[in-house]
Amino acid sequence: MTVTLIFLALLLGTFLTWIVRQSLNVRPWASADGPSVNESDSLPPAATPARVGLAVFLAAVTSLFALSISAYTMRMELSGDWIPLAPPPLLWLNTLLLVVGSVGLQRAWDGARRNRLAQVRSGLKLGGAATVAFIVGQLFVWMQLQAAGHHLVTNPATAFFYLITALHAVHLLGGLIAWVRAMVLASRGESMRDIHVSAELCALYWHFLLLLWFILFGMLLVT
Amino acid sequence: MARLGHEATSYAPPLEMPEMELVHPKTFIGKYVFSQDAKVIAIQYFITATSIGLVALVLSILIRLQLGFPGTFSFLDPSSYLQHVTMHGMIMVVYLLTALLLGAFGNYLIPLMCGARDMVFPWLNMLSYWTYLTAVLILVASFFVPGGPTGAGWTLYPPQAITPGTPGYDWGIILMLVSLAVFIAGFTMGGLNYVVTILQARTRGMTLMRLPLTIWGIFMATVLALLAFPALLVAALMMLMDMLAGTSFFMPTMIALGEQTGYEDGSPLLFQHLFWFFGHPEVYIVALPAFGIVSDILATHARRNIFGYRMMVWALIAIGGLSFVVWAHHMYVSGMNPYFGFLFATTTLIIAVPTALKVYNWVLTLWKGNIQLTVPMLFAIGFIFTFVNGGLSGLFLGNVTVDVPLADTYFVVGHFHMVMAVAPIMVIFGAIYHWYPKVTGRMMNDTLGKWHFWITFIGTYGIYYPMHYIGLAGVPRRYYAYGETGFIPDSVISLNAAITIAAIVVALAQLLFFYNMFHSYFRGREAGPNPWNATTLEWQTEHTPPHHGNFGRELPVVYRWAYDYGVPGARHDFIPQNVSPDDVETLPEGQEVPAR
Amino acid sequence: MVIALVIVLLVFGTLAFHFLSPWYLTPLASNWGAIDSTILITFIVCGIVFVIVNLFMAWSIVRYRYDANRRSDYDPENQKLEIWLTGITTIGIAALLAPGLVVWGAFVSVPDDADQVEVVGQQWHWSFRFPGEDGEFGRIDPALISNDNPFGMDPDDPAGQDDVLVQAPTVLLPVDRPVKTVLRSKDILHNFKVANFRAKMDLLPGQTSYMWLTPTREGDYDVVCAQLCGIGHFAMRGTVRVVSQEEFDEWLANQPTFAELQAREPPDLAAGEAHYRTCVACHGADGHGNEALNAPSIAGIGAWSTERQLRNFRTGARGTHDDDVYGAQMRPFATLLADDDAIRDVAAYIETLTPARPEVTVAGDATRGQRLYRTCANCHGASGEGNEAVNGPPLAGLQDWYHLTQLENFRAGIRGRHAQDLYGNQMVDMAQMLVDERTMRDVVAYINTLRPDTLTVDGDDTDTDTTLARRAD
Repeated sequence: MTVTLIFLALLLGTFLTWIVRQSLNVRPWASADGPSVNESDSLPPAATPARVGLAVFLAAVTSLFALSISAYTMRMELSGDWIPLAPPPLLWLNTLLLVVGSVGLQRAWDGARRNRLAQVRSGLKLGGAATVAFIVGQLFVWMQLQAAGHHLVTNPATAFFYLITALHAVHLLGGLIAWVRAMVLASRGESMRDIHVSAELCALYWHFLLLLWFILFGMLLVT
Repeated sequence: MARLGHEATSYAPPLEMPEMELVHPKTFIGKYVFSQDAKVIAIQYFITATSIGLVALVLSILIRLQLGFPGTFSFLDPSSYLQHVTMHGMIMVVYLLTALLLGAFGNYLIPLMCGARDMVFPWLNMLSYWTYLTAVLILVASFFVPGGPTGAGWTLYPPQAITPGTPGYDWGIILMLVSLAVFIAGFTMGGLNYVVTILQARTRGMTLMRLPLTIWGIFMATVLALLAFPALLVAALMMLMDMLAGTSFFMPTMIALGEQTGYEDGSPLLFQHLFWFFGHPEVYIVALPAFGIVSDILATHARRNIFGYRMMVWALIAIGGLSFVVWAHHMYVSGMNPYFGFLFATTTLIIAVPTALKVYNWVLTLWKGNIQLTVPMLFAIGFIFTFVNGGLSGLFLGNVTVDVPLADTYFVVGHFHMVMAVAPIMVIFGAIYHWYPKVTGRMMNDTLGKWHFWITFIGTYGIYYPMHYIGLAGVPRRYYAYGETGFIPDSVISLNAAITIAAIVVALAQLLFFYNMFHSYFRGREAGPNPWNATTLEWQTEHTPPHHGNFGRELPVVYRWAYDYGVPGARHDFIPQNVSPDDVETLPEGQEVPAR
Repeated sequence: MVIALVIVLLVFGTLAFHFLSPWYLTPLASNWGAIDSTILITFIVCGIVFVIVNLFMAWSIVRYRYDANRRSDYDPENQKLEIWLTGITTIGIAALLAPGLVVWGAFVSVPDDADQVEVVGQQWHWSFRFPGEDGEFGRIDPALISNDNPFGMDPDDPAGQDDVLVQAPTVLLPVDRPVKTVLRSKDILHNFKVANFRAKMDLLPGQTSYMWLTPTREGDYDVVCAQLCGIGHFAMRGTVRVVSQEEFDEWLANQPTFAELQAREPPDLAAGEAHYRTCVACHGADGHGNEALNAPSIAGIGAWSTERQLRNFRTGARGTHDDDVYGAQMRPFATLLADDDAIRDVAAYIETLTPARPEVTVAGDATRGQRLYRTCANCHGASGEGNEAVNGPPLAGLQDWYHLTQLENFRAGIRGRHAQDLYGNQMVDMAQMLVDERTMRDVVAYINTLRPDTLTVDGDDTDTDTTLARRAD
C-alpha cells in the first residue's frame, strides 16, 4: 500500500493545502470580508470545466493504477511463488507506437490552437492509428506469451502482467471513444472552439496514459 | 498550462444564461426518463435506491425472524440466512446509502445550493444514473439465478466467496462482482460531475467558504469515493479472475470440502487490505454528506448560525484525509502482522478528535439558539444522540486491545448499525422532511412525521443498544442459530426475540413515512417557496419546484455565507445568501428584538 | 419539549441498562485481565462524554426553545472554546489509547517459555497438533492434505514424527502455563475464539497466525468460530478443557503421534468377518438391515463412519440418552467389541458388503426436500455419498425410516448432545433448521431419490421418483 499512500498523500496534500489556503484567513460570516461578486476567488481561468473534469477523472484512474501497483508489490512480497516474467521485446516497439500516438495528438492540439484544421486532422489520424497499432501490438505480446507457455494461471507475475496491460489497454480504448468524437468534429469542420476542447482533452489523456505506461513498463522491467 | 485557444471562461459564469444552452426536451421520455436535468436524475436515483433499499429492509426482517425465533420458519435455512445477511449489508451500504446521499441528494442539491443551472456535464450525469440502474438490475438478477445471490458476507472475503459450498458460488458471486464494477463506473461519472460542478459552477460570490456545509460534506465524500472505489474495482477484477480464470491472486493452496483446489499461494489478506482500503473511506462516504446535511438542518431549524463553520469545514477535510490511513483497524484479528495494530489504533483514535469536534459544534449550534422542534429538527436531534452513541462505541473497536474480544461479535453489529445505518438514515429522513416542500411544493404531514420519528428513533435505539451487551457477552455475529454453549445464556434468545419484534415495528413504521410522502404529494399543504425561512439558495428560486435551469432568468448573486440567522439589527431572523448588504432591512433605532 | 425529556430518559435508561443488564463479559479464564481493564476504562471515559453531551443537548433544547420574541445569539465562532474542547478531547483519547497500546505490546510478545499448540481449522471442524518431545512442529504442506493425511504433514521431516495429532475438536491445556497458539486453516478463513480467554485470532490458509494466553481457571470452555466460514459457521464448535499439568500430560501421552499413525497395520478383514457374526441377527448377513428390528442397512458404509459410530456407542456418546430406545439396543453389542482394533476390523468388513437400494416407506415432497437438502449437501455430498474430509457420513443407502428417526433424535437433542459425541452437536444445530415433521419427511423423501456412484445397487431398479410422487399426492 506504500505506493498508493504516497500517491494519495501527494494528491490530497496538494488539494487540502489549496483548500485550507482558501479558507484560513477568511471569515465567511463577515460578508464584507468576502471578495466582491465579480472577483474570482479560487480557480485560475485556465481551469475550464473540461480540464478540471479530466483532471479529476485522471486522479481516479491514477488511484486505480496505484492500487494495482500496490497489489502487485504486496502479492510479490507476501508469497514465495513469484517467478518474474521477462517482458517480451515487442513491448519496446509498442512503447514507441504509444509515443507516436501521443505526438500525433499533441500535433492535433497544436493545430487547433493555431486554427489549422488540416494539422488537426492529420495529427488525430496519426494519433489514432498509432494507438490502434499499440493495442494490436499488445495483443501480439499476449499471443507470444501464450505461445511461450506463460498462461494466466502459470504464475501470479504473469497474471498481473495480463491484468495490468489489459487495464491500460481498456483505458486507451475508452480514450478512442473521445478520439472518435474529435475525429467527427474535425472532419465535419465544426467550430474550432469545439474541436480545440476535444483535441486538447485527447492529447492530455494520451500523455497521461503514456506516462502511466512508462511507469507500468518500468515496473515490469525492474521486477 | 497552455494558453487557451478559445475565450477563457472566467470564474463566474455569465449572469444570464441563454435558454437554449440547456436541453429542454418536449417529450415525456426526454423529460422524465432520459432526462438530463439533475433534479429529475436525483428523483430517479431516489426511487431506485429506495426501492432496492426496501428489498434490503425485508431481508433484514427475515434475518431477524431467524434470530428471534430460530427453528420456526422452514424457508430460512443456513444458506438463505447467509444470503440475506450478505445482500442486506451490500445493498444498504452501497446501493442504498451511497446512491441516496450522493446520487439523490447530491444531484438535487449541488446545482441549487451552488447557484448553478445544472450539473456541468448533464449528459454524463444521465449516463451515471442509467449505469447505476444497470448495476442494481444485475444485483437483482442474482436473486433469480440458480444457487441464488452470494452468501459470502458483504465483505466478500476470499477464499470463502469463491469456494464451492458457499451459497451463490454458481452465479451469485459473479453477478455481485460485475454489479459492483458497473456501480463504480456509474458512480465515477456522477462523482466527476459533483466535484467539477462544485469547483466550477458556483455562482458569483459563492466562494468556497460560503458554501453550505451540505455541499462541503457531499464534496469531500465524492472526493473520497473517487479515490477509494478503485480499490474495490481492482479487488473485484482480481477476484473475478481467480474465480473464472483460475489465477491465484487471493487464493492459496487449500482444500474445499475435502478436495484440493489447484490454487497456489495467493494471499487472502491482500484482498482484505484492498477491500478495507475502500471499505473504511466508504464509511465516511456515507457519513460526510450526512454530517453536512445535518449541519444545515440544525442551523435552519434552530434559527442560529452554525457554530464554528470553519472548524466544521476543516474537520470534514481532516476526517476525509485521515480516513485513508485507518483501514486496517478492520483487520486487527485477521492474522496480519500484529505490529500494524499500534499504527492503526493510533490513527483511528486520532480521527475521533475532529469527529468529536463536529458533535460539539452541532450541540453548540443548539445552545443559545431559538429551537423550532419541527420534524426535520427532531430527526437531526435523533441523529446527534444516535451518532454520539455509535461514535463512542467506535472508540472501543478502534482501540486494538479492546477490539480483540469484541471483534466479530454483536458489539460490532450494534456499533456499525448505530453509526452507519441509523445515524445516516436519521439524517436522510430529516433531509426528506426538510427539502420535500422544495421538491414537490407541498409540506409533509407533521403528525404522521412525528409518529414516524418517535417510533423510528426509540425503536432503533431499542434494537441496537442491547446488541452491544450481547456482544460483550461474546455472542458471535453472522450465526444462523446459537445451539448450546456454555457462555450464551437463554436470556440472549429472549432478548433476540424482543429485538425482532422491535425491528418489525420499526419496519412497519416506515409505511407511515411512505404513506405521508405519497399522500402529501397530492394533498399536502402548499409550501410556498421558503417554508422554513432558510437562507440557502435552493429556497430562493423563482419557482417551487424549481424549473429546469433552476433560477429562472437570472442566476442569484451571493453576498454572504449560508448561516445568517439571528443577525443583530436585521429585521428578520434570517438573511438569504443572495441579499446584498444594501438590501438588508434593518430595525428602527432602539428596537432590539422584533416581534415576527 | 418531549424530545428533551426523552433524551434525558434515554441517557438514564442507557446507564441503568448498563448496570442492570445480565449481559456482560463472560467470567475471565486467562491472563488477559488487562483487556478487561481497557474495556472498563473505555466505558468510563465514553460514559462521561455520553452523559455530558446528551444532557447538555437536552438542556439546550429546553432552555433555548422557540420564542417568537427572541433571537438566537449570533456568534459564529469561539476559537478559545474550540481549542479547549479539542484539548480535552485529545486528553481523553490519549487516556484510552495509551493503555490500549501498552496491553497490545504484551499481546504481541509471546513469552519465551510458552508451550505451543497448533490449531487447525477447516469447514467446520477444529483439530490440534502438539510439537511432541522435540518441541518443534514438523513441516506441513497444504498440497499434501488428504483423508489419509488430514494435517498435510510432510512424512520425510524428522521433526514431524513425534508431533501429536488430535483429530477431535476437543483439546486439553494445562492451567497456569503460557501457551502460544499457532493458527492455520486448511480451507477458508476461520477464527479461534474462546469467549472466556478474550484473545482471538483468524486462521488463514497458506500462512500461519498466532496469539498467546495463559489459562488461569480449570474447566471446559467453548471454542466457536468467529469468522464467517460458510453455512456451517454457526455449528463449528470445539472445547478447550483446562486441567492440571498431570492430567494434561497423561492425556497428551495417550494421543497418537504422526509416526504411530503412519505405522498402523491395515485392518484384518477375516477378524472383522468373525466379529460381524454378532451383528447378523439384526443387520442381516448382507448388512441390509431389518425394519422390524429397527436395524438400519449398514452395508458398504465407509469404515471411517462406522468406526466413529461404534466408538460412540461403546463410550456411551450415543445410545445412552433415556429417550434413545433403539440406540440403547445397539449399545451392548458395541461394547462386545474388545478394543479399537476390533472396531477397525469389523468396520472394514462392513465396507466390503454390497449395499442395496432401500425400500421407500416415507412419503414427502421431494422437490421441497431438494431445496432443504442444499444445506445437507455441503457435508453429506450432493448425492448423499458422504465426505470423510468434512466428517459427513453417507446418507444414500440407509433406509428412510432410519433417517427420520435420527433426524427427530438430533432435533430433540436425544442424539448428538453428549459431550463426547464430537460431531453430533453440529448435526443437532443443523437438524434444527428442519422445523417440523413434514419438513423432515420432505428431506428424507429427497434423500430417497439420490443415486451416488458409490451406491452400486443389488437387483431392483424400481422407479423411486414415481413412487414418491404418488405417495406425496
